[in-house]
Amino acid sequence: MAKTIEGLYYSESHEWVKIEGEYGYVGITDYAQQAMGNIVYVDMPEEGDEFGAGEEFGAVESVKAASDLISPVSGVVEEINEALEDQPELINKDAYETWIMKVKLNDPSEIESLMDAAAYAGFCEKEQH
Amino acid sequence: MENLQKTCLYDRHVAANAKMSPFGGFMMPIEYTGIIAEHNAVRHAAGIFDVSHMGEIFVTGADAGKFVNHIFTNDASVLTPGKIQYGMMLYPDGGTVDDLLVYCMEGGRWLLVVNAANIAKDYDWIVENAKGFDVEIDNASERWAQIALQGPDAERVATETLGLDVADLVFYTFKETEWDGKPLILSRTGYTGEDGFELYAGPESIIKMWDKLAAAGVTLCGLGCRDTLRFEVGLPLYGHELSAEISPVEGGLGMFVKTDKPEFVGKEAIIRQKTEGITKKVVGIELADKAVPRAGYDVESDGKVIGKVTTGYQSISTGKSVCMALIDKQYATIGQPVDVRIRKKLFKGTVCKKRFYDKNYKK
Repeated sequence: MAKTIEGLYYSESHEWVKIEGEYGYVGITDYAQQAMGNIVYVDMPEEGDEFGAGEEFGAVESVKAASDLISPVSGVVEEINEALEDQPELINKDAYETWIMKVKLNDPSEIESLMDAAAYAGFCEKEQH
Repeated sequence: MENLQKTCLYDRHVAANAKMSPFGGFMMPIEYTGIIAEHNAVRHAAGIFDVSHMGEIFVTGADAGKFVNHIFTNDASVLTPGKIQYGMMLYPDGGTVDDLLVYCMEGGRWLLVVNAANIAKDYDWIVENAKGFDVEIDNASERWAQIALQGPDAERVATETLGLDVADLVFYTFKETEWDGKPLILSRTGYTGEDGFELYAGPESIIKMWDKLAAAGVTLCGLGCRDTLRFEVGLPLYGHELSAEISPVEGGLGMFVKTDKPEFVGKEAIIRQKTEGITKKVVGIELADKAVPRAGYDVESDGKVIGKVTTGYQSISTGKSVCMALIDKQYATIGQPVDVRIRKKLFKGTVCKKRFYDKNYKK
């Protein structure tokens, strides 16, 4: 069973965002990493890049396939998780401890259109069937 | 939705929590615990694959040997019972019908092992070309199942766990024997670049062997790592490096086409390709970056598309991002710089040999 974490916000394309003040940390969910299998490469944005909510900001590559990363929020990239350059498998180890980018949020109210942990767990349940 | 077939081991795969996916008309296990762990088990220990989807076509009759050699690019006339060859069946224009293993059996019988997705097409092609030959052709694919036991520990596992006598079998030979009182074709072959065996038997024996091997702790391997393993050692996959549009010469597999044979279907076209030259060729490409080149991505040179990736991975054994690609012949020289377009961005690469990892066969 895929894990969810209370307090995070989830998108239908299986990204999560954790809000800390005016910043959001963005990663992919446990459900997404399980579906993808062994992750071997993360195509990350650069600091200073700006993305709108729903916009592609990179990709995660497993052994078999590439999967686009869709930003759940709009904002400017403050930092990327450089550990992923050499250890993309950290996402398999703990998808919620391994953020991909830190974003300075343009509009913190955007999270209202995302799912909470319970709603996302239900969404994954439905997607599996 | 296509009506997918199940192999006799389907219930085992589901019970083992495998990720299942359609392949070649069958619902097949792609991975159990993870492609990387399964891949490494085969490179360094042993793993088992359900390859019951593969097709088995028997050819018998007075002209069997002559006929097999007529539709086969390698020289089957040199085979004696117990020996195996790899090669292709070709269309008259040199395009590839399929790549296959040919087994020369006692009593003038021959076994052709073909790709799952091509079984019906191959059978029709074989029958169509058999006019005028005294042969019988039996598509026995549904009666035979198959396990591949692969890896440096395969010999020990085959001996200890299955009680098979394999010490005298060298690579690309086989014997017809019995296991648990039922027929078994025990073949020292594989599609991983490692030593190993392919075991052909009826479903009942195959299920028993699978259970014994699994209980002994042999790693269950899915088609995911079968592809990463074969790719690293430069083995082709039909539909990628060979097809109706890609001849063996274009696929870089000319060594399996014996143009000094008196005749075979496609011979004139291959001689023409060898003398007049070809316009495209399958090569290896190594990227400088870690991004992963995948099948269908464009290969470019100076902004011009010169071909497409046929298979690509970040090699599990070497960590390098590498691919095989079908590109314009003029760029197909070792050391040639080329670019691969991955999600809009261009990544620098160099043409190299398509063997990215050395084979470890028991000759």
